[in-house]
Amino acid sequence: MASITVDENMQGGVGFSRQRLAGILVFVAVVMTILQYTGLLPSVLHRLPESAIPPFATWLDAMFNFVKDDLGLLALTRFLTEGLQWILDVTANLLFGKRRWPNIGPIPWTAIAAVAGVIGYYLGGWRLALLGAGTFIWTALIGQWKIAMETMSVLVVAAPLAFVIGLGAGILAWKYSAFNRAIKPILSVLQTLPFFTYLLPAVIFFKVGPTAGAVATTIYAIPPMVLMTTLGLQKVSPEVVEAGHMSGCTRWQLLRHVYLPSARTEILVGVNQVIMLCLAMVVLTAFIGMPGLGAKLLAMMGSFKLGRSFEIGVTIVLLAVMLDRLSKAWVVKQPEHFERGTPWWKRHATSLIALGAFVFFCILAQFVEVAAEIGRKQNFSQGKEIDTAIKTFLAFDPVQNTTNAMRYVLNVWILNPFRDFLLSIPTSAFILLVIAFALWLGGKRPAIYAAIFFSLVALSGWWDRSVITLYSVISAVSLALLIGVPIGILAARSDTWSRRVLLACDTAQTFPSFIYLIPAIMLFGITATSVVMSILIFAMVPLTRYTIEGLRTVPVEMTEAADMAGATRMQKLWKVQLPLALPTMAVGFNQAIMFAFFMVIIAAFIGTQDLGQELQRTLAGTDLGKNFVLGLCVALMALTFDLTIMKWASDKKAALGLDD
Amino acid sequence: MTTDTVISCRNVWKLFGADPAGYLAKKPEGHSYEDIRADGYIAGVKDVSIEVSRGEMLVIMGLSGSGKSTLVRCFSRLHEITGGTIEVEGQDIMSLSEQQLIDLRRNKMGMVFQSFGLLPHRTVLENVAFPLEMRGQDKHTRRERALEVVKLVGLEGREEYFPRELSGGQQQRVGIARSLAIEPDIWFLDEPFSALDPLIRREMQDEFLRLQAMLGKTIVFITHDFDEALRLADRIAIMKDGAVEQCDTPDKIVLNPATEYVRKFTEEIDKARVVHAGVLARDGITGEGTPVDASASIQELAKLLVQDTRAAIPVHRDGKLVGALDREEALNVLVGAE
Repeated sequence: MASITVDENMQGGVGFSRQRLAGILVFVAVVMTILQYTGLLPSVLHRLPESAIPPFATWLDAMFNFVKDDLGLLALTRFLTEGLQWILDVTANLLFGKRRWPNIGPIPWTAIAAVAGVIGYYLGGWRLALLGAGTFIWTALIGQWKIAMETMSVLVVAAPLAFVIGLGAGILAWKYSAFNRAIKPILSVLQTLPFFTYLLPAVIFFKVGPTAGAVATTIYAIPPMVLMTTLGLQKVSPEVVEAGHMSGCTRWQLLRHVYLPSARTEILVGVNQVIMLCLAMVVLTAFIGMPGLGAKLLAMMGSFKLGRSFEIGVTIVLLAVMLDRLSKAWVVKQPEHFERGTPWWKRHATSLIALGAFVFFCILAQFVEVAAEIGRKQNFSQGKEIDTAIKTFLAFDPVQNTTNAMRYVLNVWILNPFRDFLLSIPTSAFILLVIAFALWLGGKRPAIYAAIFFSLVALSGWWDRSVITLYSVISAVSLALLIGVPIGILAARSDTWSRRVLLACDTAQTFPSFIYLIPAIMLFGITATSVVMSILIFAMVPLTRYTIEGLRTVPVEMTEAADMAGATRMQKLWKVQLPLALPTMAVGFNQAIMFAFFMVIIAAFIGTQDLGQELQRTLAGTDLGKNFVLGLCVALMALTFDLTIMKWASDKKAALGLDD
Repeated sequence: MTTDTVISCRNVWKLFGADPAGYLAKKPEGHSYEDIRADGYIAGVKDVSIEVSRGEMLVIMGLSGSGKSTLVRCFSRLHEITGGTIEVEGQDIMSLSEQQLIDLRRNKMGMVFQSFGLLPHRTVLENVAFPLEMRGQDKHTRRERALEVVKLVGLEGREEYFPRELSGGQQQRVGIARSLAIEPDIWFLDEPFSALDPLIRREMQDEFLRLQAMLGKTIVFITHDFDEALRLADRIAIMKDGAVEQCDTPDKIVLNPATEYVRKFTEEIDKARVVHAGVLARDGITGEGTPVDASASIQELAKLLVQDTRAAIPVHRDGKLVGALDREEALNVLVGAE
């Protein structure tokens, strides 16, 4: 509410509308760019001279060193590392037989698959039972059991840790509004910070390997848990709380017995997000040498072994879909009563069957070796064959011609000219353009943020690389718009197709981002086109999804009114449905941009010239300061878009009288 | 204050706004609800003084937003009042510590809510046993007591169900059972039947009257339904804009509405069903012949009133003569003449 009044004040006070002000800013920027082309613009306005760039990295380094050594943070974290290392060793022993206490692992794959099947059946019947058991059976048979368990051993530690910390912070944020105000901005920066920025501090403070991987994964997964917990607690019905008070609850009893159980749904949605983010991140910790599925995939893609990459991709996707479906089934699973006098074993049938199956397969594995472990020669991996198949397919002339032509058109006609154009705009003019964009869409407050954030990026000294990052994001998202939105509009026309496409989008969103590189690399090799392509696919998912959702949630009375007014299908779409769906679509657009910023950094691994490349390089050293400056550049750019678009969407929603 | 007064509140104020206490200190007594609102405050409860006696059923009646729910939440200190005093059994509840307040609620008070306020993750039995669990009773005793109350509200056989598996009426029975589990002396009911279908509502009212006849609690009952109020109440307090317009027995409210607002409410009511012979009985006159019972409603006496020829009919209560009623006056009530 406050920000809306600010806007009105601004519009009245300054004397002209924000649209006109934005227009003036664009005009000034264009003039400056033309001056630059004609060589008349002072070079200070084009690019900040090296001498004017403050040594942020050095300052940050000094600060980090102070915190690390003088304040003794390193001693503390190294101490924590010990404990974490111990827990990780236990899970590592249990899951893949690392020689550490308690030295009883590895648990036979058949036992794990059986338990997953029982849990799946309990949560969602035969289909989920099949998914649960099937995923683990596939993983074992394809010969990836050990690496999958390396990944899982970190996941099963990081996810509960993130849950506990997120829940605690969420409760505090709900209870103390000051704490809430303090962590809100930190959370939004954390959510836009590129994942490479999580990795280096994790390595420095928590040693290379699984511990650093677990810490980075945990921190990455905390923010949504905090938000969902706070949301859930705020939504508990006041009457239930009053009933708690009247039952004589103490504060602790009220939290434990009334608030937390009543917020169950939101908290479990948070758990689902924690698990999915953990999986996405734990795969990426391959970049700091964490062994597991991610590391293997990285190695295979690096050496262009497409068949094995594909198989690992399938494993990761299966794991993701399984974890997502099971945890979502848990969200909607409501307790059901047993008739009075139901015997004890019937009430706990599921646990007993799971335990029974577990024990049975553990014993079986003592006698039948295949039940314990699938040997090197016994697996069914078809890596080589698939590899040959894909490469033969790609070598077909029509296929090769198509991909080559696409690559040529994209690179030579669109992408490279666009990039060179963006780079040719003077820094100052560029910042003005961004401010104009923020002002026009979001109003005064986002414009101020845009000015501050992009000036900081300019001052960081990484302007050119930032612009290249931005260029990849903009071009990929624009292409994604051209494809994703029409798909959404078409799908929204029928119920069946809406459902199908939404299901596909939901499933695709559970895939760890790394997966999206596989098809891009398969089709376009290790080239700049692959980068744009992988971002494009990744960013298309939210665009399509929110387009459908926006169009489907247009109130029926309004479309009926349009029908009765004699609108044609096109008129209805353009005059009624799209305008009303636009705020929701904007949320999808925003998510697409956030996803693109995320993906462009990962794509550094293919070879780019942007911030991601530099970031990845810092991982090899101990250059914390530089790592943070680069990470913050990405976060600041992403936040500018986030603030502006979300402000526009909520203003628009309020103006249209639609609520969230 | 007599010893029989259970709840006594004097000049109670509940203001919502930036600095309610500071605003109240400026003495806005004379201000109307709109004046206070113009100053940026909402008067939830405005200068209310009211007493509830032991075993009495006080019904607080008002439209939504009239402050009736706020007032009852002040009685149990779910809301902190801005000004005035509330005494429960002679004890100023605003001076209680957190622990004392918890003890008061654990042992003396029960409350039923409009949308039931049941805990979704607990079975019927666990919901009913919840207040007992909070006060630390052992599993066995609380189970026994909960089974007893569940039976009392007629939910036998549903003990293991979860709230969402029950109908609205059944859920409210659980709410009632929970509020009775600790055997409270004071029973608050906040529009307990408003969320139910008319037919179920009627059935629940009968059920409620049956329970009350058995238990004899001190009750504060909130409703926006005047018929419900007339049906249940010993006394009715009618609220508007946070203030009590009139607080009296149903007969007197119907016969002598204190304000225009109350009169409008009573307009549509069939007075003959509400007014009892005892209210019309006058000391001064003595009738002759067979007396009528004081607790009979005028409607029940309709036939007699029309056919009788006496000008004054004697009225007795518990076999004792309390006066006589003017037949003309009673007939006026019957035909609805003012």
